[in-house]
Amino acid sequence: MSTSTAAAPPPLPATRLADTLSPRRLMWLRFRRHRLAMLGLIVVGLIYFTAAFAEFLAPMDPNRAAARYALHPPQSITWFEHGEDGLRFRPSVPFYRMERDRRTLQARFVPDPDRRIYLRLFGEGDPYRFWGLFPASRHLLAPEQPGDPLFLTGADRLGRDVLSRTIYGARISMTVGLVGVALSLFLGVGIGGLAGYYGGRVDWVVQRLTEYVISLPTIPIWMALAAAVPRDWPPLTVYFLITLIVSLIGWTELARVVRGRFLSLRTEDFVTAARIDGCSEMRIIFRHMLPSFASHIIASMTLAIPLMILAETSLSFLGLGLQPPTISWGVLLKEAQNIRSIAAAPWLFLPGAAVVVAVLALNFLGDGLRDAADPHA
Amino acid sequence: MLHFIGRRLLAMVPFLLLTSVTVFTLIQLPPGDYLSNYAAQLAESSETVDQATLENLRQRYGLGQPLPVQYLKWMGGVLQGDFGQSFEWQQPVWPLIRERLGLTLLVTLSALLFTWAVALPIGIYSAVRKYSLADYLFTFLGFVGLAVPGFLLGLLVMYVAVTWFGQSVGGLFSEQYEGAPWSLDKVLDLLAHLWIPMIVIGLSGTASLIRIMRANLLDELNKPYVETARAKGLPEWKLLLRYPVRAALNPFVSTLGWILPHLVSGSVIVAVVLNLPIAGPLLLQSLLTQDMYLAGAFLLLLCCLTVLGTLLSDILLALLDPRIRFE
Repeated sequence: MSTSTAAAPPPLPATRLADTLSPRRLMWLRFRRHRLAMLGLIVVGLIYFTAAFAEFLAPMDPNRAAARYALHPPQSITWFEHGEDGLRFRPSVPFYRMERDRRTLQARFVPDPDRRIYLRLFGEGDPYRFWGLFPASRHLLAPEQPGDPLFLTGADRLGRDVLSRTIYGARISMTVGLVGVALSLFLGVGIGGLAGYYGGRVDWVVQRLTEYVISLPTIPIWMALAAAVPRDWPPLTVYFLITLIVSLIGWTELARVVRGRFLSLRTEDFVTAARIDGCSEMRIIFRHMLPSFASHIIASMTLAIPLMILAETSLSFLGLGLQPPTISWGVLLKEAQNIRSIAAAPWLFLPGAAVVVAVLALNFLGDGLRDAADPHA
Repeated sequence: MLHFIGRRLLAMVPFLLLTSVTVFTLIQLPPGDYLSNYAAQLAESSETVDQATLENLRQRYGLGQPLPVQYLKWMGGVLQGDFGQSFEWQQPVWPLIRERLGLTLLVTLSALLFTWAVALPIGIYSAVRKYSLADYLFTFLGFVGLAVPGFLLGLLVMYVAVTWFGQSVGGLFSEQYEGAPWSLDKVLDLLAHLWIPMIVIGLSGTASLIRIMRANLLDELNKPYVETARAKGLPEWKLLLRYPVRAALNPFVSTLGWILPHLVSGSVIVAVVLNLPIAGPLLLQSLLTQDMYLAGAFLLLLCCLTVLGTLLSDILLALLDPRIRFE
């Protein structure tokens, strides 16, 4: 551009800025403003990270049981130690001695002032196969003497580490949500898309079907379906069946969103233009219509994940869903069902806290996404 | 109005038929049936199996016959008020269910009332004082309420009761009233126990209702008629309750259609945790032991309750909004 022109073009008015940004960038900007949603994103990210690296992050093998550590109380870490050369980084936990009440013979754990269990970062511990593939034995935090008790959040009835079990549980519980949502998405977008795109009789049938499924009392139906899954089937099969059952009910909301969008888009000019251009149905749906409401679908999906996590947890809690030795948050909570054991060992609630945090974070995230996807909502 | 209700009732018929087919399929799904399991169990403990009795039962319910025949036999019985025989309890299903159904309704309806009593005022307050500290607080609490599954809340309440107050809080009656005939004392005892399940079950729906109420009212508050009323000098609370709140209630009522099924659903798991003598625990047990007619009757009745809830909300909505009546 020539520099001789006297007047520089006036700066774009603020409202015009929106026109120059891509929709995706706009969405991100709107999302960023949502504090709680950002927090949700971080927490959800952390939880999935934990689930992905469970073997390494868990201090112990979740199935290692030791009767003498049954209901061992939580040990708190002291990170630094006073030595001759001042403060030194040397994490340790107190050692608990077991005493038996003379009369009731009940076991009690008392901290032993003379003995501490020293910990090592990236220390050797229980061997595992990382992602079932690579043999390894390093843990983020492990006792210096392998085999020493390390129960950061206490032990359960059989002397297994509650923290390790909760971390492994995240793997199952959090993926039930993902796999379930993927299945619901498949059903919802397929069925809802069909109804919205073709309209007419197809739409009528799909609408009645959706209404029907929505009006069924969810939990009793889930229970009946889950009760039909034979308990002696391999854990992986049960896992997929339970996920399928959970998503069988969850697809309706997505179908409704998709149908509504398709119906409103069907008569838009750009769709008509594409049709006149001779685009195939497939191309119109996937290239032109789907992108314009993909963000809505993502938001609805995010909001559907917590529902599925809760569903799996509830079913497993009732003993109808996943069965031990599979570890999920619901299975763990089932073990906490006995009120007497909880009164004695409140740390058995930890998986429950994990459920609440995960669901809360996913809800915040989904809410923020929905607001960002649709500024008019 | 009668015409509207009649049409809605007619629309329910195919719906209920479909429901009964679904329920029957569900209770048929598990492999094997109770009778063969029962026979196997008896054989294992080397007791004599009375083949004649088994055969009799088999005949009566058409077990081993094609499924449609079994369905028709079952459905025929249900239509005459015979829900079949509970294998496990060795008695007809209906008396087992009857007492529990009443209590289920009671618990669910009181939970619904609690939900409304909490959600309405908070929703109104949150809308009027938008973005105030209390609004944020309620919104946050609402989110937490959504995230805590009912059974976990039940467990927490029991934990607090046991560790802090040293008493257990399960059940709906004290021990001495459990099998007793109804009396004033028993009712009072029931009321004393009712509030915990009411809160635990009711809280799950409260959060979403607060949000709905808040959003509805926010839509109304900016409308010109509110401004007009204010300009005419109506006191603020009177203005609020008389006009925008009434208008905002409309979509609120339509949520009754799903809140009731939601509560019925939610009560099932909470009832198992809190050991309530309502539908949930018996349904769970019957599902686990494949006591199919008991499970079937429960499922069918819970579905009917759901349909009834939807119908109720439709009628209420039509009463409130003439446009729906004449659609």
